[in-house]
Amino acid sequence: MTVTDGLSRRTLLVRLGIGFNVLVAALLGVPIVRYILSPVTRERRPGYESWLSLGSVDQFPAGQTRFATYRNPVVSPWDGETATIGCWVRHVDGEKFQVFAINCAHLGCPVRWFPQSSLFMCPCHGGAYYADGSRASGPPERGLFEYSHKIVAGKLLIKAGEIPTPGDVAGIAAEKPSCA
Amino acid sequence: MQNVGDWFDQRLQLGTPIRATMAHPVPRQTASWFYVFGSAALTVFTLQLVTGILLAIVYVPSAGEAWSSLQILNHAISLGWFIRALHGWGSNFMIAIVLIHMVQVFLFGAHKFPRELTWVIGVLLLLMTLGMAFTGQVLRFDQDAYWGLGIGVSISSRIPVLGPWLVSLLLGGPIIAGATLSRFFALHVFVIPGLLIAFVVVHLLLVLKLGINEWPMPGRVVRRATYLQEYQQLTHGAQGVPFVPVAVWKDIFFSGFILLSIAACAAILGPFGPGGAPDPTIIQTAPRPDFFFLWLYAVLSLLPPSLETPALLIGPAVVLLVLLGLPFVSGEGEKSWQRRPIAVLTILLLAVALGTFTHLSGYAPWSPAMDAWSSDPIPPQYLKGRTALQRQGALVFQVKQCHNCHALDGHGGQRGPALDAVAVRLTQDQLIRQVIQGGGNMPAYGKNLSPAETTALVAFLETLHPAGQASARDASRAVALSTSGDGSFSPRP
Repeated sequence: MTVTDGLSRRTLLVRLGIGFNVLVAALLGVPIVRYILSPVTRERRPGYESWLSLGSVDQFPAGQTRFATYRNPVVSPWDGETATIGCWVRHVDGEKFQVFAINCAHLGCPVRWFPQSSLFMCPCHGGAYYADGSRASGPPERGLFEYSHKIVAGKLLIKAGEIPTPGDVAGIAAEKPSCA
Repeated sequence: MQNVGDWFDQRLQLGTPIRATMAHPVPRQTASWFYVFGSAALTVFTLQLVTGILLAIVYVPSAGEAWSSLQILNHAISLGWFIRALHGWGSNFMIAIVLIHMVQVFLFGAHKFPRELTWVIGVLLLLMTLGMAFTGQVLRFDQDAYWGLGIGVSISSRIPVLGPWLVSLLLGGPIIAGATLSRFFALHVFVIPGLLIAFVVVHLLLVLKLGINEWPMPGRVVRRATYLQEYQQLTHGAQGVPFVPVAVWKDIFFSGFILLSIAACAAILGPFGPGGAPDPTIIQTAPRPDFFFLWLYAVLSLLPPSLETPALLIGPAVVLLVLLGLPFVSGEGEKSWQRRPIAVLTILLLAVALGTFTHLSGYAPWSPAMDAWSSDPIPPQYLKGRTALQRQGALVFQVKQCHNCHALDGHGGQRGPALDAVAVRLTQDQLIRQVIQGGGNMPAYGKNLSPAETTALVAFLETLHPAGQASARDASRAVALSTSGDGSFSPRP
């Protein structure tokens, strides 16, 4: 075959070969991308959150704020201690509770409750919150993250399972700063 | 011996190109102690590869076991602590040398034509080095690593639209756990080192192909039209010298010196951590990043809340754009730092800023001193000769943890202002208002203090003024009192 338009049979075959490989690569790319995105796509289907028990409501005396822990609902056998998460339970009175995430609404450090001054304080960048979780001072732009909760058969249940972040991943209701 | 060498060279055919590369001519003045940082970075990178592989023999990248495996490395395996220390100190030296290298090439104008791409790849190498530092800190899976990840995802989550996805992608699941550590292990051990090696190779090839940057002379201006010819004259004229041995001996000695310094630091100061076990239910912790991220820790504390998200999202992009765009904006002109005052000032400003932030993060004045209320007593001179009410106020000051944020006589938190002379600044009414309503970044204590406690506290605060200075008084009240009497204006002295 003579070369007429600058495209010989061999060049065409090379190009077809490259095109074939691009197609195969694209086909292989689909499972690879889906594998990498698994934590994202999985989150969208059943969701990571579920109702968890923090134990009997009797453990939380009225008018006090106490530390509680729960085992995350989605765990791997090799998660170790990291799957046990802390939270702050505030028993206002009667059936009224507030359950705050341990993570500061600024950048996620663990806040500590100081009953003496009725403040949550963060050890990282100096955020502080009032007893009701609203922002008191420091860099946080909002109040503490709060879990939905309910009381079933004398047990305090919260809806949890995902680390709360300022980007509001878990859709945990934003605590509007109340006027102090 | 010669025969064996010949046998291999006949087949590999590497001898000639290697000899040519070694003997390639460089400008005589570049055989300088200022030109040793690039090769030193390569040496430390090699050390990191070797020690990294040695650590990987023992380390277990599992959230449940990583911390214990580090303890085994530190305590149960012969010289495991030393290998960890070499890797940790190597990482610190690596960042320091890379930064010094960057400053040197910038001040010597090495980013200008035709070495723009060398600079751009260098910037990418810096990013990867910092990426290695961060992922490496995560692999040292302790409390700092755990909460550091929390900070990382909190920042990522603020990216519009993609934020929540990115968090799940980074964590590999809903929380910081096993999947997270595995991901960071893959990044630290495979992905980033692979990229680093590839980019280091290109970086080196570019240095060889384009030639080492000549010593900048004030007045010798870079022009695209003439530069290559001028450089040719520098290397191939009387000023050209072979890289080996004229220039290389300084590289060799400096690399050896750096390796020795790392070994000395490792042997004397030991490995970094691990700190407390990565148990998220242990909240008595004050997470701190590693040295080279401390400035960022300070910036995150000091930015006003409203500026934080824009600064976090736009800031890095701007910095990256400036760094990547630099050689294209200033690709020609003066190379010498003596004729580039803005370049020198920029470096000085950055050094002072980063140094200040790093220094500040050493004592974190923005964070309350969590134990001041129980460990720093009220100075005795503030209690002598005071009334019962004022002393009761001092007690309120301690019990309500005012001391955590306010220093007295140099002790206590620095979150709020020191109160040694607060009575000079604020009147009684202002003190009451400040305590009850807060404001100016102080929480309001109205709900938490009984009227009696507030009265006592303010009585105590009113005693806090230097001996020779009177307390602040409300002038309008004085006027009101005096005008109500005789109608004439007579302010009290």
